[in-house]
Amino acid sequence: MAVVVTVVFLLIHLIPGDPVSVMLGPDASPAQIEATRRSLGLDRPVHQQLLGFYGRVLRGDLGQSYFLDRPVVTAIVERAEPTLMLMACALLVAVVIGVPSGIVAAAHRGSIWDRVLMIGSLLGVCVPGFWLSLNFIYLFAVRLGWLPAAGYASLFTDPVSALRYMVLPAVSLGFNQSALIARISRSCMLEALQQDYVRTARAKGLPDRAVTYVHAFRNALVPVVTVIGVTTAVLIGGAVVTEIVFNIPGLGRLVISAILRRDYPVVQGVVLVTAATYVFINLVVDVLYAFIDPRIRYD
Amino acid sequence: MTEPLTERQRWVRRLGRNGGVVTGAALLLLLVAAALLADAVSTHNPTRLTPANRLQPPSAEHYLGTDEFGRDVYSLVVHGSRVSLLVGLTTMLLTSAGGIVIGLAAGYSRRLDVPVMRCMDGLMAFPAILLAIALMAARGPGVWNVILALSVVYMPRTAMIIRSTVLSLRELDYIQAARALGRRDSAIALRHILPNCLGPLLVQGSFVFAYAILAEAILGFLGVGVPPYVPSWGNVIASGKNVIREAFWVSLFPGLALTVAGLSLNLLGDGLRDVLDPRLRVR
Repeated sequence: MAVVVTVVFLLIHLIPGDPVSVMLGPDASPAQIEATRRSLGLDRPVHQQLLGFYGRVLRGDLGQSYFLDRPVVTAIVERAEPTLMLMACALLVAVVIGVPSGIVAAAHRGSIWDRVLMIGSLLGVCVPGFWLSLNFIYLFAVRLGWLPAAGYASLFTDPVSALRYMVLPAVSLGFNQSALIARISRSCMLEALQQDYVRTARAKGLPDRAVTYVHAFRNALVPVVTVIGVTTAVLIGGAVVTEIVFNIPGLGRLVISAILRRDYPVVQGVVLVTAATYVFINLVVDVLYAFIDPRIRYD
Repeated sequence: MTEPLTERQRWVRRLGRNGGVVTGAALLLLLVAAALLADAVSTHNPTRLTPANRLQPPSAEHYLGTDEFGRDVYSLVVHGSRVSLLVGLTTMLLTSAGGIVIGLAAGYSRRLDVPVMRCMDGLMAFPAILLAIALMAARGPGVWNVILALSVVYMPRTAMIIRSTVLSLRELDYIQAARALGRRDSAIALRHILPNCLGPLLVQGSFVFAYAILAEAILGFLGVGVPPYVPSWGNVIASGKNVIREAFWVSLFPGLALTVAGLSLNLLGDGLRDVLDPRLRVR
């Protein structure tokens, strides 16, 4: 995490251009610029700024936004709900489409279903998510008028509209990942179906369905959980783009507008929080892995 | 009696038998041809604005219609392939070169291993696209800045693959033998270890190529990639977003081109992996 914090800090200081002159506009006098720079601590040497940054991050203080007139932490908390909601729905879509497709394809290996699902998943991996979103908007919002084209409603104030707004973003964000999950589930399932215990289960005279869905499925699940973890991490990045397309007021839109306004603390804060979440998810996946598969032990 | 095949001929034959490699390579060749012959095969100047022709649907005059400024979408897509392939190819070369240097150094020198790999872990802790966006924000729009940003983003993974290959090779008998014969470390790394890394590098390279093309389009779409006046697939899709209600074709066709590019490189990567490393074959 220390490397992450340093990278975040340095990244922002590579930015050409001066946030203070952008903030105050072209009419500001040099004295005003200097005074603002001092009040924001931008006049100190870089290494002092870095040490100060570490200290503040450890205290949970990500600074004050230059433009939003509030602490960065507050801004992030306010914008977190739409992003979390989007990620949760997209993950649900990815798993609900991906895992069953992979299992069905593996259970009927070589059949027409297997071929159709695998060609579909190959295309699914290659289709750019943001372009898919635009086509969904055109088809389902503009032509058919079934769903709203863009916007967001909170699940807590208006659950019905919230779900209607969330369908298109969640499907377009989750679709790529469902293709990935389908491919991995299929190969894990094929592997599991070749194991001795599956042969034993068959030899005992258990019906095919029970062997596939009870015996093999549970063991095929282990690597799939890892992939779902990776997927969650990838969704964080994808959510930025999806939020822009669907005009969802989440962290992605916050960071893009902060970048365009050179609002350093907000960019730093969002990137830091995202990277921390990413690391945290990977940790959870490792722990889950040991939990699901008791053979794995971390010393 | 027929001559026995050389090692190289056997490889070519195995690649030629793999459907994915052949299809992927054919699609990629098509895109490369479009990029090289863009001036010859496009029907209009892709940067000329003719507001009188704005948002025309596909027709004999404009095969894929026109955008909100009256630019010909077909010519934009053909010229856009240049930016995409330039970014994809250069990013692939830079990440491979950087990945080789970092991976060999980390895999071969125990002293460098820990600090270098922790830095790579740190870079990999960022979601790829977010790091690219942040780097672009720092450097400003431009083709070379896109290439630089994407190379930084994708290099750690290549470096890790090279490092793990080096670690597995380092203890093999023929390397030990070369060391016993008094070969210098640098000579062993370059002559004996590097050639064995080429397989994984080629596979990873084709995926980096695909990711880079997609990421370039995403950056362009978000308005932080190549400047808006340069015809690139991402930029055209972005301009199509504003007029999606009236003219779906503006974003549809560059997106299809992007999908074909991604498909070709993924087929190529999967196929190369199956041929070069049968243990990793996805059944």
